[in-house]
Amino acid sequence: MAYSDKVIDHYNNPRNVGALPKEDPSVGTGLVGAPECGDVMKLQIKVNESGVIEDAKFKTFGCGSAIASSSLATEWVKGKTLTEALAIKNTDIVKELSLPPVKIHCSVLAEDAIKAAITDWKKKHEEKG
Amino acid sequence: MVKLPIYMDNHATTPLDPRVLDAMMPFLTDKFGNAASRNHKFGWDAEEAVENARKEIAALIGADPREIVITSGATESDNLAVKGVAWMYREKGDHIITAVTEHKAILDTCKHLEKEGFRVTFLPVDNKGFVDLDDLRKAITDKTILISIMTANNEVGVVQDVKEIGKIARERGVLFHTDAVQAAGKIPFNVNEMNVDIASMSAHKLYGPKGVGALYVRRRSPRVLLTPIIDGGGHERGMRSGTLNVPGIVGFGKAAKIAREDLAKESTEMLRLREKLRTTLERELDELYINGDLHKRLPGNLNMSFAYVEGESLLMGINDIAVSSGSACTSASLEPSYVLKALGVGEDLAHTSIRFGIGRFNTEEEVDYVAGRVIEVVRRLRELSPLYEMAKEGIDLKSVHWATEA
Repeated sequence: MAYSDKVIDHYNNPRNVGALPKEDPSVGTGLVGAPECGDVMKLQIKVNESGVIEDAKFKTFGCGSAIASSSLATEWVKGKTLTEALAIKNTDIVKELSLPPVKIHCSVLAEDAIKAAITDWKKKHEEKG
Repeated sequence: MVKLPIYMDNHATTPLDPRVLDAMMPFLTDKFGNAASRNHKFGWDAEEAVENARKEIAALIGADPREIVITSGATESDNLAVKGVAWMYREKGDHIITAVTEHKAILDTCKHLEKEGFRVTFLPVDNKGFVDLDDLRKAITDKTILISIMTANNEVGVVQDVKEIGKIARERGVLFHTDAVQAAGKIPFNVNEMNVDIASMSAHKLYGPKGVGALYVRRRSPRVLLTPIIDGGGHERGMRSGTLNVPGIVGFGKAAKIAREDLAKESTEMLRLREKLRTTLERELDELYINGDLHKRLPGNLNMSFAYVEGESLLMGINDIAVSSGSACTSASLEPSYVLKALGVGEDLAHTSIRFGIGRFNTEEEVDYVAGRVIEVVRRLRELSPLYEMAKEGIDLKSVHWATEA
């Protein structure tokens, strides 16, 4: 399968690889996918007091397109408010990375990872009340 | 310095040996005759070349040349063997026994026959890849007409106890077919010693050309009869009509001759290189799993799972090396390898599997290069893998509730 140049670039130079402290109240963690399906993404966001995502990290088990989708997702969420980040659609990722139809599920998973991280952050803040 | 890219996918196909090409060239140019033309020199030359090649193909497996039916390749050979027996012996019985790890050319042919009313038993394999001989004995009924079990598996390289399977078949008066496509020319394979009645072979798996294969069909004790699947001019003693692919057959013959003469030396070298690759990887990386039995295995085969690293992403990282993966992502079906599944390899590990197929033209330098690249890329991708991180934190991945829908 031929990969687009952007997928290859993210695969070779993934942006924002790593981990943020899971227990930190300003950090939201999303873990989506399953090893049996061949894709697992962990995406973390750090949200500042004005509700802006000031940092994001990811780790992904999956094909090159999955790695590229999550790498791109961390790039895009940085500097956005939670509302803006929630507006990122998987189709935007498909377009940016020129993903073929068989790889669309990678972009869906990346969108899910963003949402899961935001949900986790919100949950922490609701609990605090 | 090694020349890139490196080809190490010799179970898929093998490069044409230059000596084979030399043997074929005259039959692609001046000697273009039809082997069935009985009344001029062009035809006689072609026929003579075909018969010489047939002798070499027969010699590779210890058969008589009259027992070799030329086909277009392994898929046709498998179809002819299974359908040919089923249709010929329909009056005698309607039951076929095969195994779940067979090539699709066998499995899909059997499924086709099921639709025609035949009954098929698909035997399971154990976690090393072997068919249980007691299972086989128990599966045989008085309606069983054929047992088809491959000699060596194309994915995991596991070599079945063909001799014993053949013995069981013979004791029960059942015909025994084996897909010997990966085995012929790679490991000792003799149809008489191994009690084989029918065997499939392919030229391009042993450094010959694509588009030509053979089916060994035993002539006596027992004499095997097949209903042809292709009708026409009655070539190949009526079992396979169609103008013979003379250059292809000549190439197959030459390839069989080289394989027979060099088998002992070559298989020793393949094994040495394979073991060097395996031990180097195992020394440098943790959590590697060999798929299939390590010992009863084709010498050039290494099928290994690199836990926490998805196979396609690994292939992408070693894109100057041609190998294949059992990962779902490399196939159109999005299902991981059914062979690995049959061995009980979990889908998580199946997604991380790579098949290395070392062949005649691979060098030690290439093996060293491949090992180095794989180690480097696996380490990099594990740094990127949330699963590796979780495993290192002591989290049991099996206990995690994976949300496939967020």
